[in-house]
Amino acid sequence: MIPAQFDYERPTSLEQACQALASDEDAKVLAGGQSLLPLLRLRLAYPSKLVDVGRIAELKGVHDRGDHVFIGAMATHDEVLRSPVVRDGCPLVALAAAQVADPAIRHRGTFGGSLAHADPAGDLPAVALALEAVFVAASAQGEREIPAAAFFVDYWESALRQGEILTGVKVPKLGAGWGFHYEKFHRTAQAWAIVGVAAAVRRSNGSIAEARIGLTNMGATPVRARATEAALQGVELGDQVRQACEEAAADTSPPADLHAQPDYRRHLARVLTHRAVRTATASP
Amino acid sequence: MPRITVTVDGITYEEEVEPRLLLVHLLRERLGKTGTPVGCDTSNCGACTVMLDGKSVKSCSVLAVQADGGDVVTIEGLGAAGEMHPMQRAFHEEHALQCGYCTPGMVMAAIDLLREDPEPSEETIRQGLEGNLCRCTGYCNIVRAVRKGAQEMGQAVSTP
Repeated sequence: MIPAQFDYERPTSLEQACQALASDEDAKVLAGGQSLLPLLRLRLAYPSKLVDVGRIAELKGVHDRGDHVFIGAMATHDEVLRSPVVRDGCPLVALAAAQVADPAIRHRGTFGGSLAHADPAGDLPAVALALEAVFVAASAQGEREIPAAAFFVDYWESALRQGEILTGVKVPKLGAGWGFHYEKFHRTAQAWAIVGVAAAVRRSNGSIAEARIGLTNMGATPVRARATEAALQGVELGDQVRQACEEAAADTSPPADLHAQPDYRRHLARVLTHRAVRTATASP
Repeated sequence: MPRITVTVDGITYEEEVEPRLLLVHLLRERLGKTGTPVGCDTSNCGACTVMLDGKSVKSCSVLAVQADGGDVVTIEGLGAAGEMHPMQRAFHEEHALQCGYCTPGMVMAAIDLLREDPEPSEETIRQGLEGNLCRCTGYCNIVRAVRKGAQEMGQAVSTP
């Protein structure tokens, strides 16, 4: 039993869900519940009402939309990592989704839920940031789009407003020549990343034409390793790549917690970025 | 109070539940399915793993109301007519437990990982069980048991 009582609504349309949220400022969206329910168990959150969006058809599924993949907010991690559309169109998302928690949690936990949760230690925010995904939010006032760079505001805080629901995410297809990798460092199998690195790298004639790197758990939000991205541009594959990755922790403010101190996280960011870039450039 | 309908181990129940009731507590306290234990209560340990609509879930991290209309299989629903399920028997024969607290969840997760790969490698088994903690065995006998259970389940299917 969860200690605190709350009301429960299970709307069957997006419109009803937005109404249910707008009418109560302490209401919270329940997606897969894999982050929220443990928080309620631990008395870390006290919503007055849960609005369960698990039966709203519009939020489900993964769709090929030509130049991007639209991942419905309620697509589970398990659906995402197996989706041929995701694997072909944005393989980095599939690689990272496969590393979220464990199989049972991936059966329930959702793509949209873990992004809206905005935990900088989550694996998917850094991936969305590196791929410059666009978040689609709906409310009674209509729909709006939020670029990934503006979506993550602070620890567990997103740009979603009261009464707004994340309906899905547009992930651009990067096309030919790009390689991808998600490198996660954690001490136990299903634990959060102490640091994680999402890398998308475009190769051209034996050197790096463009690199995009998102860092997990290196600050209050996921962050781009801009200095390394710039340093990698035009670099030949080999020793210079390692040098460029030495800049990976520049301008970050990693947290101190039970698992690691900031200096250790900075060290991890450098080492893991090099591994991620190396693997991304070696991938077919 | 919400009214839900849920099928557990082949029997359909109608229950009035508080929204804050977790699936694991519905199973244990309302339906008497105490074969599913509560371990950590916060989705880390996997002891409470059951199947919901054919896929493994941690029943401490699902509200009973979310399972409305669903089909749940617990460790108690595996065996038929007093016989153990081949995976249960393999855990018994390979000594894949000491205290036994993780075993119901371990067996459910093991059966779940065979959905995709009926003949899993050691690596696949270890990855498939990454959400289930055992503090007694060191996992070696568990991995052996899952391989043996998988073989016997394969034979059970192929033998007319």
